[in-house]
Order: sequence, then C-alpha cells, then structure tokens
Amino acid sequence: MTVEDVVRATGLTVITGEAALQREVTGGYASDLLSCVMARARRGNLWVTLQAHTNVVAVASLLELAAVIITEGTQPDEAARAKAEAEGVVLLSSPETTFAVVARLAALGVGAGS
Amino acid sequence: MAERSSADEGLGSARPRLITKSQELIYELRIGDIMTPNPITVTPDCLMSELKEILRVRRISGVPVVDRGELVGIISIQDLIQALEQGEISARVGDKMTRQVQVAYADESVVQAVNKFARYGFGRLPVVERDGRLVGILTQGDIVRGLLRQLEVQWHEEEIHRYRASHIFEDIESDQTGLVLRYRVVARDFVHGGEASSKLKRALERLGAGPQLVRRVAVAAYEAETNLIIHTDAGGDLIAEIQPNQIRIVALDRGPGIPDIERALQPGYSTAPDWIRELGFGAGMGLNNIKACADWFALDSQVGVGTRLEAMFYLTSRTDKEAT
Repeated sequence: MTVEDVVRATGLTVITGEAALQREVTGGYASDLLSCVMARARRGNLWVTLQAHTNVVAVASLLELAAVIITEGTQPDEAARAKAEAEGVVLLSSPETTFAVVARLAALGVGAGS
Repeated sequence: MAERSSADEGLGSARPRLITKSQELIYELRIGDIMTPNPITVTPDCLMSELKEILRVRRISGVPVVDRGELVGIISIQDLIQALEQGEISARVGDKMTRQVQVAYADESVVQAVNKFARYGFGRLPVVERDGRLVGILTQGDIVRGLLRQLEVQWHEEEIHRYRASHIFEDIESDQTGLVLRYRVVARDFVHGGEASSKLKRALERLGAGPQLVRRVAVAAYEAETNLIIHTDAGGDLIAEIQPNQIRIVALDRGPGIPDIERALQPGYSTAPDWIRELGFGAGMGLNNIKACADWFALDSQVGVGTRLEAMFYLTSRTDKEAT
C-alpha cells in the first residue's frame, strides 16, 4: 500500500510532498511526543499526530517516515511547510481526531509498525 | 546561447544575473576541446562540380579552402547553389569562395565562437592555431555536443567524489583515521531543531554507513541536539567523531547542568516547561532513547559548569538492537 492509496481511501488532504506519494507504507504509529516517535516509529511508517511544527518535519525526515498525518485540522506554519518541501517530507491533513484517523487506517489494513 | 534572454532583463539590473552551468562551461571550455579536428578541405583548384560531390557524399554544408597548408577561403552550399543558378558548375572553387574568412582560434574560449555565430550567422567556423594553421572546424552542433559531453564528465566526477567519500577510511592511511564533525546548536531555536542531526545523518550515508547504524546514530544525535536546544542556557556543540570501527557522539554545553543525573535518566522524568511540552518535547524519554540506541553511554554534569554527554556506537555491534 502506498501513501497515495491511503490518501485516496481516507480522503486526506496533501499539504506537502506531492512528489513522494508513491512511498510504500510499512505501518503506523500515533503519538504527540516526539521522543516516543523517535523511539518507536519505523521507517516507512505513517505518523498520526496533532503536532504541526518544524520539529515534526525533522523527526519524520530523520526516521524516513512515509508521511505525517496531522489531525483535527491543525495547520503547519510556513516554516514547517517550507522545511517539509525542502526535505521531501509528506504532510497530510485530516479534520478528524487522531483516534478516528487511526481507526480508518486500521480498517485499511495498516498495521502497528513493522 | 550566450545572449541575454528577455527574462534575464526583466529581473532588473540591481539583481545579479544567474549563471547557468552551460553559461559557465562556455567560458571554461576551449574551442580546441570541442571542434571537429582534421576537417575535410578542398584546394582552390577544385571544381564546383567536384565540391558538389564532396558535400553530398560527406553530408556537410561547407568546407575550408586550403592552399599549401594555408587557409585561403571558405566555400559553402550557398556558393554552390549560386554557381548552379549561374551555370558555373565547372568554375574553380578559388573563384567562388569567400576570401575574408572569419576564424576561431583553438585556444579561445567557446564563448568567442558563440558570439561570432550570433553576430555573423555563419554555419561553421574554421579553427586555426595562432600561426594560421588550420586544425579543425566548428559548427553550432559541435558546441552543443561539447557542452553535453562536458556535463557528463562533470557528473561522472561527482560520482567519483561520492565514491571517494565512502572510501575515505581506506584511502587515507594512518594508525587511526577519524573524521570530526562539529555542529553548533542554538538554545531555544526550535525552527532549526534537528538540522545538525539531519546533516550528520547525510554525512554518514555519504560515508557509506549501514542504514541501521545511521538510524541509531541519528536518533541519539537528534535527542542530544534537542536537549541542547531545550535545556541549555546558551546552546552547545554536537560533535560526531567518526572512525572506521566506531562513532562517538558528544554533546557539550556550559550549563546550567543537571542536579540529579540518576533522576534525569529515569524514563518519563522531565524538567521541560509546559510551553515546550506542548510542542511535543519533554516526554522524559530523550536520554533513554540515546541510551537505548548507543552501545555505550555516559553523562557527566556539574551544576553551574555544564554537561557532557557521550555515546558510542560500534560498527560490529549487535544488530538485534535495531529490531526493537
């Protein structure tokens, strides 16, 4: 399953990284604490979070995550967008809560990490 | 090619013009490097009918005219057509050629030829040495081919640079070769948070380190960098010392120092203020993450003096660690 498949199936909005939607999704992780993500998220994972600042981009880039899904309609600021574009990080947006997004992903068959 | 496009003009004279790679190359490359050497030539005594056959068989549109090694003119397909129209197909080339020949010098920069083509609209320029000896011929096609070839050469050189970076430890001999990368980390600068670790990660990849090792070092470096941003008075240094068999990460700062190291190492313990926690930091897992990623870990701190964190990664170490 690619990021694009997930975007299409769940109606997410692509904020940045249009060119990297073919990345393969290896699983998912949800947390708003960056250190927890650092410790637990794996390469190619989808990360579901409420956070939307530049350090989210840094973490996603360092871990080579497939995409970050920012929930409850939170919008990244201009600095975060610019950094995401520069680093090729896919930022997606959902108006739903983290819980609802994770439920959708689980229904699609996205597992807990890999 | 060298002419300024209208888009360039539109930028206004106050802004420096952007120099493209091909513009740079036409200054660097010499005409002698890209010309077609040993061109086909004719003598002044050659007949226009013979010239017609040469142009047809060789599929060219003009040739220099040479008399006893000296360039005396140039004759092109236009001259031939004119001769045909006037029924002078049996005339001598010497009577129909252009005598005032614009030439290019082999040691000139390609930009000179580009300018001549633009100014005179010629299809080709004979290339001579400074002593007048004809050594080649240059068409606009030669220039395009030459630029493409040079771009390819430079691309290949970049490949070699990359290869060299990954072989630096084999190529440089010493009893202990090490590469030290030092990154300045500014306190409270969350906008640039993670940049030092990103750069370090890229450097390790370029040096050819395996993905699992790169990940472990990157996670530890990120946590150390974040600690410098959040907790220090005046930022600090993130230093990576890379050796063929190990990588040492050191984070150094000048305060405020950690009053109770044992407590700081407890998972979930954090002194981060609320506003930083709201950004998702301060989980109290940073030091634990570093410890979990590293093969060896030490934390020294003195209140009022500073903190030194050191983490070691051995290249031959357990790989099972990555799976967790």
